[in-house]
Parts: sequence; structure tokens; C-alpha cells
Amino acid sequence: MDEKTLIAKRVALEFKDGDLANLGIGLPTLVAHHLPAGIDVFFQSENGIIGMQALPQEGLAWNDLTDAGGSPIGAIPGAAAFDSALSFGVIRGGHLDVTVLGGLQVDEQGQLANWMVPGKMVPGMGGAMDLVSGAKRVIVAMTHTAKGEPKIMKHCTLPLTSVRRVDLVVTDMAVIEPTADGLVLKETAPGVTVEQVLAATEATLIVPAQVPVMPISA
Amino acid sequence: MKKVVTLADAVSRIPDGAVLMIGGFMGAGTPPRLIDELVRQGKRDLTVIGNDTARPGVGIGKLIAAKLVRRVITSHIGTNPETQRQMIAGETEVELVPQGTLAERIRAAGFGLGGVLTPTGVGTVVAEGKRTVEIGERTFLLELPLKADFALVNAKRADYIGNLEFALTSRNFNPLMAMAAETVIAESEDIVPVGVISPDAVGVPNVLVDHLVGKERSHG
Repeated sequence: MDEKTLIAKRVALEFKDGDLANLGIGLPTLVAHHLPAGIDVFFQSENGIIGMQALPQEGLAWNDLTDAGGSPIGAIPGAAAFDSALSFGVIRGGHLDVTVLGGLQVDEQGQLANWMVPGKMVPGMGGAMDLVSGAKRVIVAMTHTAKGEPKIMKHCTLPLTSVRRVDLVVTDMAVIEPTADGLVLKETAPGVTVEQVLAATEATLIVPAQVPVMPISA
Repeated sequence: MKKVVTLADAVSRIPDGAVLMIGGFMGAGTPPRLIDELVRQGKRDLTVIGNDTARPGVGIGKLIAAKLVRRVITSHIGTNPETQRQMIAGETEVELVPQGTLAERIRAAGFGLGGVLTPTGVGTVVAEGKRTVEIGERTFLLELPLKADFALVNAKRADYIGNLEFALTSRNFNPLMAMAAETVIAESEDIVPVGVISPDAVGVPNVLVDHLVGKERSHG
């Protein structure tokens, strides 16, 4: 199993039946493919729909039914469409149960940086700042390191997406829960030791006596 | 009907240097003929307010490629390398605004509000130079209204007097922008007799639309 699939399968266990969720572009979108049986989730796309699903098959693309990347999607029975103000009202107003977003860095305070690398990559924040500020639960899904360098830092060196503390960080090596006391190592990935996680992490981790192995969805 | 104008006439009303709001999200819901006509007439030094600059060759991306845009106020340029190149080269000024804040700033202008208070961006680079307001336990940023000279909006259907109906994710910023500009120019895939669009289905009431771009006959 590749690292992105592993991360997606672990994140998939975080949903409750009936949740309203918004998945960021890239790795987070994989989560939708791995929901456990019996867990039905409504997916929002911030361009104005609740109830999006993957395009059922090629040949059905419609210019008026697209995801936030502009690609064609489908819609489940019961889907609803609306304008951008209502879409972000859903996000900011406390109506969105969970968002899953990619990350460039997370720091000891649980703050996320995921929208720019000054001088190198300035794509814009899109909806990320609203999602992190407003969702009831923020899950960061990202690789633990980038080219061998830790992404979980003492302090983010990249511009923050929000000062809000995220709720969970799921990587290919570990599950980490940011708390008021610091980052708690909750689980390690199959075949990964606590020592390996610590070595790949710049931030200080709080390590409980028992750190179970990460469960993943079937 | 007096509201219906030709494509060329609609765009000829837009002067160089105008501030335009352009509906759409990655090209979905962006008025395609108005964009092409802006390029054909070579309007210069435009300020464009829109969610994104789409991709090269798509939607607002066509205006960027033709170098008609001096300044863009948007939430995302990551899918258009040409916008990023022009920004880095200093050819185009880019103001990045969180997407929900962009929607609310436009809404504030159109709804007669002096601004909005949002938690989005507090403590980040977005907050630089902006006032914060404490309400209860929380801190909010004061974000100011965004207005335009023209809104270019795209509908799924319009009727003869300019009521607009939208489809799914092509709605996005269009109804908000139709409230926030001095002059609203609408384009639609279909223009139908009054009454075909039921009052409950109207997304933008006709009184907000100043000009509706007429359609060429495709047969008959």
C-alpha cells in the first residue's frame, strides 16, 4: 500500500454516519474512496454543492457540475446547490462537521501552514483559511516528511493558514493529536517505531506509555 | 426588448481601466462570449475581481493570457502558471483574498453593508493592516466591501426581461456580483419568454440586470 492510500484509509475512520465533510484537493480527496461500510457522508464542494460524488462514468461530464478544481463530478440524490456566500456560510458558520486538508507544516501549537511558500509557490489560499477557521473538526492529511525534512516543526516557518489549533494530524508514520499541552503521539503506522517517528519529527511529541498501531479501513 | 443588446455593443460600453467582477469558478459559470469579446475588442488595464484565474485558455485565463488585466483580486491563481508568471514579473498586481472573505466583501457591497467581521485570516498575513474587533471571546477581522463598475455574469437561462436562473455549481459568485456593480451585463445559454422561469427559480431578479447579451440565430 502506498503512503497516500494508508493515510486516506486511516482518515476514513474519523467520519461519523451523516457527517458533512469538505475534502481538500489532492491526497484528501482519496479519503472518499475508503469510507467504512455503513458510513454515509455528505461531501461539500466549496464552489457550491452538498452531495457531490465522483463522476459516475466517462461521457457524463456537465459544465455546470464541477468540483473546486473545475473537473466534472456527479451528485447524489438529495444534493443541493447554492452560491458562494452560502457555501462559505456553511463552512464558517459551524455547519461543517469536518474538513480534511493537506499540509506543508504543522507546529507544536497545532497550527497549520498549507497555502504558500514565499518566493516559490504562491497559489493563493482559496478556501483553506475559511475551512480551518470554521470547520468543527480539522484533520490534516500529509506525508510525515518532505524530501526527508520534518514537516511537524517547533514553529511553522511558512505563513500560517489559521491560528486555530487543528484537531488531528494523520501521516504515513503516525497519528498525532494537537492538544493544549502539546502534540500527543496517538498511533504509529504499521511497521513504524516510536523512535522512528520521533527522529522524523522536529517538534516535541508527548509519548504515552502505550502507543497503539494505526487501524485502517478495509 | 430594450435590455437585449448585441455582444459587441455590450462590451463596447466597458472602458479601458474598468473594474470588472466576473462570475465563475474555474471557468464554470464564467460568461464565455463576453470574455471572448473583451479579448477581441482588446480592453486594457482592467481590474478583475473573480474567484480564480482558471487555467490558461479557460475563462478569466483568456484575459490574463491576452495581458488585458492590470490587477486581479482573487482567492486562487495556482492553476494558472501565466498569472503567477505575470505576478512575479511585476506585470500584473495580484491581491489574494480568502474565498469566503471574497464572497462576503462582494456581498457587503451589494447589500449596503459597511463591511463584514470574519474570523478567517486573524493572526495571518491576511490580517496585516486591517482592524480587528473583539466580539465576546472572539477576534474578528474587519473586511471592507468590494464594488465594481461592471459585473459580467453568466446564467443557465434568462428571460426576455432579464430574470436569471442558474444551474448547480455554475451559480457560485454570479448572484452576489449582480448586486455589487454599477452596471450588470448578463449572458445566458438560453433566453426564454417571460414566464418560463418560475418566480421561485429566479436567482437574480430582472431589475438588477442592465444589459442582456442577445443570441445569434443558429437556424431558421
